[in-house]
Amino acid sequence: MTDRATPPMKALYQQLILDHYKNPRNRGELEPDENTVEIHVRNPTCGDEIRLQLRVEDDRIEDIKFLGDGCSISQAAVSMMSTILKGKELDEAFGVARRFTGMMHGDEGAAKDPALGNLRSLAGVSKFPVRVKCALLGFEALQEAMKKSRGGRPG
Amino acid sequence: MPMASPATRPTPAPGPEVRTGPSGERPGGSGPELDVEAVRAHFPILHQEVNGNPLVYLDNAATSQKPLAVIEALEGFYRRDNANVHRGLHELSRRSTERYEGARGHVASWLGVEDPGEVIWTRGATEAINLVARSWGDSHLSEGDEILLTELEHHSNLVPWQMLAARTGARLRYLELDDQGELILDELPRILEGGRVRIAAISQVSNALGTLNPVAEIARQVKAHGGLVLVDGAQGAAHAPVRIPELGVDFYAFSGHKMCGPTGIGVLWARRELLEAMEPYQGGGDMIDEVHRDHSTWAQLPYKFEAGTPNISGAVGLAEAVRYLNAVGAERILAHEQRLVRRTMEALEAMPGIRLFGPSDPARRAGVVSFTMKGTHPHDIATILDSEGVAIRAGHHCAQLVMKRYGVAATARASFYLYNSDADVDRLVESLATVQEIFG
Repeated sequence: MTDRATPPMKALYQQLILDHYKNPRNRGELEPDENTVEIHVRNPTCGDEIRLQLRVEDDRIEDIKFLGDGCSISQAAVSMMSTILKGKELDEAFGVARRFTGMMHGDEGAAKDPALGNLRSLAGVSKFPVRVKCALLGFEALQEAMKKSRGGRPG
Repeated sequence: MPMASPATRPTPAPGPEVRTGPSGERPGGSGPELDVEAVRAHFPILHQEVNGNPLVYLDNAATSQKPLAVIEALEGFYRRDNANVHRGLHELSRRSTERYEGARGHVASWLGVEDPGEVIWTRGATEAINLVARSWGDSHLSEGDEILLTELEHHSNLVPWQMLAARTGARLRYLELDDQGELILDELPRILEGGRVRIAAISQVSNALGTLNPVAEIARQVKAHGGLVLVDGAQGAAHAPVRIPELGVDFYAFSGHKMCGPTGIGVLWARRELLEAMEPYQGGGDMIDEVHRDHSTWAQLPYKFEAGTPNISGAVGLAEAVRYLNAVGAERILAHEQRLVRRTMEALEAMPGIRLFGPSDPARRAGVVSFTMKGTHPHDIATILDSEGVAIRAGHHCAQLVMKRYGVAATARASFYLYNSDADVDRLVESLATVQEIFG
């Protein structure tokens, strides 16, 4: 990190976030089969987009891939999300989504929850209200995808 | 609301001649170049800190800041003169009407048109364009007719025409952009030769790239083939000299807030015979002559298109903004912006990974510089700049066709106005260095 950046910028743009932005994990496409679901979400005001694919077998996320275009926050968040959710039960995944959403809305307890793993590095985003929607875009796709895989049942 | 009768309305008359600033001195100094420090003193909002740094406001293509003259005109109107207009049975209503119609006359003479009845107040350029698409378009277009647009347009000059095309079966045609952000005029004769273009809707200045479009030349060709021409002057009225007779167009739409005026007020200018032949856009008070149980008759121009109590203070504020900008001088403002654009482009061209969009010659632009930075999304650029007090826009700028043309989802955009200085450009460039350090 630099000498020029202010403390809030250093808190926002942590190395871990920049690393996931520059080297996204699980970026790519799954070969669609009867167990894969796909959701495409866009933020119309800024143009950020994410196409998320899940392969769900026996209520467990067996594989997860995404393609996306957008800011460092939206792309790092979906990349981190994908590493945490691979192999998780859907109910656990819904829980992670709820905790992360809570953290984005300033829940300090959520920001300390080990279940969020690397995603905790995004806690600083909650101080930038206009960027919160960027961080949540991937989770929006996730929740839609999980509902779809359960035939419409929410978590 | 109470109904107005035409008898209580004064005939709109041309406003007072353009005068210099309230003190009698020309705002921005009397030299050929703008005295920016003198101009900045007129804009109180600029003199504040944002995130610990003096504000550098470079989002003028989105909206402009307001000079004291406009702020005080609004305050003075509400302190002394406020009443509803065109119901002149008491003193305040008489004053309010006089200021409202005086504002219309003033805007008319600034536009270079003789008939203030051709100046319709709207909420802004968007409403003005929708008015034409509805009131003119619905009764003049049908299947087989064509509407000519450009790839450069703001969504406000695309979506109303798409909606009109869907209602009437008319077809949309497009003038395309070259790699420099200029409209490809060579294509125009081929598009026009079919003789089906009934209206062309083009922007005078691009909000996304800053390109100054050859509106008069396009209008000449379109009109030679029997089409009408609407110009979206949302950026043009603010950043380029406007004399409607010289443009040779049929409709001209603009917004007050982009040119130092208040939000919520704008203008549609159109030739009288076109307006006379158009149906009203909205119904209500003030736009009628007689109301019967089953029908009504319409008021004379311009009131036919001004249903309901209008934005009276907005008109007063816009007229004051016109006075101010006119006293500074549109040519001086544009030259100043182009100097800032040149300084910005030279600095950005020297930075690694920067891609500039739009004409490479600053003389071909108004004060807009759109750019991307390799490996860094425009939103991250804007957030980091904001942390240092530098306000820019990042996104598609309501011009998604432009973004698609150049294969990007978004750009960062710095846009200048008369109160921006060389120091503002330098602050922008310094903050971009922070962005590059963070994103490495």
